[in-house]
Amino acid sequence: MKKRLRSLGEQSLFMGPALVMYVIIVVMPFALSLYYSMTDWNGIASHVGWVGLTNYKTILTGDPEFAKAFWFSTQITIVITVLTNVFGFALAYLLTKQLRFRNWWRTIYFMPNVLGGLLLGFIWQFIFTKGFASFGQLTGLSFFELPWLGSEATAFWALVIVSVWQGVGYVMVIYIAGMTAISKEMEEAADIDGAGELTKLLRIKLPMLMSSITVCLFLTISWTYKMYDLNLSLTKGGPFKSSESVAFNIFVEAFSNNNYSLGTAKAVLFFLAVVLITCIQVYITKKREVEL
Amino acid sequence: MIGAFRRRKLNAIVTEVLVMLVAIVFLIPFYLLLINSVKGVAEQLTNTAGWPSAFVWNNYSKAWNALNFPDVFLRSLLITVFSNIGLTIISALAAHRMVRMPTRFNTAVFYLFIASMAIPFQSLMLPLVQVIRELGMINSLGGIVFTYWGLGLSFSIFLFHGFVKTISYEIEEAAIIDGCGPLRVFWRIVVPLLQPMTVSLVLLNTLTFWNDFLLPNLLLTKSELHTIQTAMNAFFGEFLTRWDLALPALVLGTAPAILFFLLMQRRIIEGVAGGAVKG
Repeated sequence: MKKRLRSLGEQSLFMGPALVMYVIIVVMPFALSLYYSMTDWNGIASHVGWVGLTNYKTILTGDPEFAKAFWFSTQITIVITVLTNVFGFALAYLLTKQLRFRNWWRTIYFMPNVLGGLLLGFIWQFIFTKGFASFGQLTGLSFFELPWLGSEATAFWALVIVSVWQGVGYVMVIYIAGMTAISKEMEEAADIDGAGELTKLLRIKLPMLMSSITVCLFLTISWTYKMYDLNLSLTKGGPFKSSESVAFNIFVEAFSNNNYSLGTAKAVLFFLAVVLITCIQVYITKKREVEL
Repeated sequence: MIGAFRRRKLNAIVTEVLVMLVAIVFLIPFYLLLINSVKGVAEQLTNTAGWPSAFVWNNYSKAWNALNFPDVFLRSLLITVFSNIGLTIISALAAHRMVRMPTRFNTAVFYLFIASMAIPFQSLMLPLVQVIRELGMINSLGGIVFTYWGLGLSFSIFLFHGFVKTISYEIEEAAIIDGCGPLRVFWRIVVPLLQPMTVSLVLLNTLTFWNDFLLPNLLLTKSELHTIQTAMNAFFGEFLTRWDLALPALVLGTAPAILFFLLMQRRIIEGVAGGAVKG
């Protein structure tokens, strides 16, 4: 009995704090999200009325702005994920070669990643509006003279440029770790068999790196889908609400429109979408991983 | 043979040049930020890309005061430090227990933690504000630290869990047989062994806490409780496109993270690579 009591004491000493924090900060808000999404609460009133699945129906059938935000997030996630990983992979490939100052380059490529999206957005606001204009005058290239933050199409690509610039260093580090883990013998064997650089890349590096690719795709997809800070500071969701991400739309619904319950329903749908998309991605890329 | 050697050399040179050009592209935004932060308003617009004709250091003292820099810096620092301390202790305790006592309950809890890494913060944030308000912790530094302890658990436990598994149990066992209590074993033996992972984790979490905008924006709504991130947001609301103030403010706001990274870069990059391998 005494022993049992002591082990219970140990258990709560080690596990207790984590469990308590987890219940308060994660479980309770999550359960409340589910609950409020089925009410008509506006966030302030004392009355909370039960409405069942009405909010979900409203969002899925009669909310073009949410649909637009979802479509925006999906499109930009695909573009950013592809570009970040292609560039990150390419830089990792270059940096695993014999190079002088290799660590310097790695540090420089990683640097944008240590800053938050909010500050990056403000910095790039200056670069897109003032810096690019002056590059345009110097070089005469029309690329620099586009209204970068002023039109829907260019604002999309402005967000892509900043996100890729920020994310590339991170996935590069993961790809470098994966590439250096590939055994030298395997490459030497391929050399002896007369494999060229391209064959080695496609037939050895790429298949051996599938687990790194799984991780990097997962990370980029979940970062980009949750994008909010950068949209706020770089484009404010504009022009004409064209760059509002889902996270942005949830914020607007709950705090600007004061539709608290609609906001929570959107948050629940958002959760389901993120889980579904990342599960599909992990399932697809995991299947291609090779075991040795 | 000589041809192949030459081609290889040429390849190496092309690679070096390419790598350097990419690095320059990466650095241009920082260059523009720095040189324009010391220009006058007029020159920022007429001579954006060039070297400043005169250094207007006064921009910095104005931005320093407008941001209330020492104040917001200290607040960000306090939040980051205390969030790290608590989170590290809580998650190390739990992860250690989950590995050493894999009862059905503990294992289930572990998987629950891992699964909740998939929950986007935006799906929790609305009721989270309410919960923190009910607890009387809104608009307090303690409240935001407390929230980070909860939000950071999944990731930290995940990394510690993977690491504890690689530590042999024999040393702990020997200490227990010698009559050492569980807390002492943990403090004297486990904590020192966890050190490499603790360093990686603290570095990664530091960047997360330091750069976070959403949570302080939700929980610290009073302007006298601004962190660097929320102060910068308010600053831009007020001095929109006053670049002579905004650019030095942005340099001040980004400098701590950049300096921290340059000092710790080897460990941070190792942490990123290591964390991903575990995933």
